[in-house]
Amino acid sequence: MHLPDGFLDGRTALLTASAAGAGVGLALRQVKRALAPRQTPLLGLAAAFIFAAQMINFPVLGGTSGHLVGGALAAVLLGPAAAVVVMTCVLMVQCLMFNDGGLLALGANIFNMGIVNACGGYYVFRLLKRLAWMEPNRATVFAASFAAWFGTVLGSVTCAGEIALSRTAPWMVTFPAMANIHILIGIGEGLATGLILLAVLRARPELVAGLGDRPGESGFGFLGYGLIISIGLAVFVAPFACPWPDGLEAVAKTLGFESRTAAPLLASPMGNYRLPFIGSAAAATAVAGALGSLVAFAAAWLLAWRLAPALAPRKENAPSGN
Amino acid sequence: MRRGASGRLSPQLKLALVLALTLFIVLLPRRPDPLYALPAAILAGAAAWCRLPPGFLLRRLLVAEFFILGIAVLSLVSPATRPVFLAVLLKSNLCVTAMLLLTWTTPFHEILRVLRRLRLPAVMLSTLALMSRYLPVLAEEARRMERARSSRAFGRKYRALWQSLATIIGQLFIRSVDRAERIYLAMCARGWK
Repeated sequence: MHLPDGFLDGRTALLTASAAGAGVGLALRQVKRALAPRQTPLLGLAAAFIFAAQMINFPVLGGTSGHLVGGALAAVLLGPAAAVVVMTCVLMVQCLMFNDGGLLALGANIFNMGIVNACGGYYVFRLLKRLAWMEPNRATVFAASFAAWFGTVLGSVTCAGEIALSRTAPWMVTFPAMANIHILIGIGEGLATGLILLAVLRARPELVAGLGDRPGESGFGFLGYGLIISIGLAVFVAPFACPWPDGLEAVAKTLGFESRTAAPLLASPMGNYRLPFIGSAAAATAVAGALGSLVAFAAAWLLAWRLAPALAPRKENAPSGN
Repeated sequence: MRRGASGRLSPQLKLALVLALTLFIVLLPRRPDPLYALPAAILAGAAAWCRLPPGFLLRRLLVAEFFILGIAVLSLVSPATRPVFLAVLLKSNLCVTAMLLLTWTTPFHEILRVLRRLRLPAVMLSTLALMSRYLPVLAEEARRMERARSSRAFGRKYRALWQSLATIIGQLFIRSVDRAERIYLAMCARGWK
């Protein structure tokens, strides 16, 4: 999902960079306010950890392999604000040291993977954890696993929107392609995230549950990131997903791109164009999304149900031990 | 010396030049155009001047090409965007080459110094600095655990494999947290406030 340079036009690069800037600015404010001095090195080490974890390949069917992205994992382990800072640093180092992802596309990559993936996933995690009627450790594994799937898919949808907004490829092509691939990838991401959390919970449960009040967990954090993500969705995705064309026009007007959009409006040259096999692609993707979410949900549930019992005895023994 | 003649240029200048070049390439018209020869010529000249080894360039370009082709193919699907395909391919490859030149000529700690001068927030700077310092350490630790696992475990049962790989990553997180604690103590011992 690392976007290279060249796919986004100047306008989209600017829009994504401002969205990413707002999110990272908010995260930095919260982290600065809430982080204890002794946690200063933790962020750097967590960033190195996420990067190193991305280097480990999980085998997938047919000899192929995939790796973790880790946005939701970082958010569950460190809280949303710290996760945004960590993911931003990971993406910056990947861009500047390893040429993974473009320089002008850095804003888009930070927005998709650092903010939408991590924070979007995180608030789904919070919601599910509260709703899931399970023993807390099980609920953590279940909610994090599903949240990782959700964050991955949501991030790919904003990515598809950005490519379509740049007029590199029509939304009717980018959306099904990106979403369908990531509905599958997300299941792997969810399973891996759940299993990793299980491993941490088994060895050092206090690292997951007991990090205390983590920055960005408050209602204000939810409001801030929620607002940034919804504005991002409104700008990058809504103009294509909903039938009204005025959404983007209004944004273009307020941002002063009116003269540029006087040239063929991005959706219009291909909006009504239909290829035989992608005519119903959006509907098919919606079905795939529903199916994928069911599979991810079931996988997360199974993971928590089958593997988490190993945690229970330890928890019961703890008070009576020794 | 690895960096050739470009070692004399200040890292700020190099970063600014690459940014300007990337911006120029991104803003070029979206069809094959003679204008593309300009950044290509600049990059070729700079690559020769910095003695960028072709093997390194090709290897890194090949890795990037997977992503580039994967996304560029999308614009081939619809006739409306088909003319964009070649231009996008050219643009991405030129941009990747520009970035490769930057990473080849500028070690990360120099880029970090530029970012410090640009007043990047202190939390970001310390995170980036610690990350670039400990990335090789943690990557080596992960490799070591992976080697130990593969020498002990046989077969390719997906479930066991996924579980043990996840355990490695979980362990890596625990070790990172412990290491962060030790680093903090070491920082305090050296007078960090």
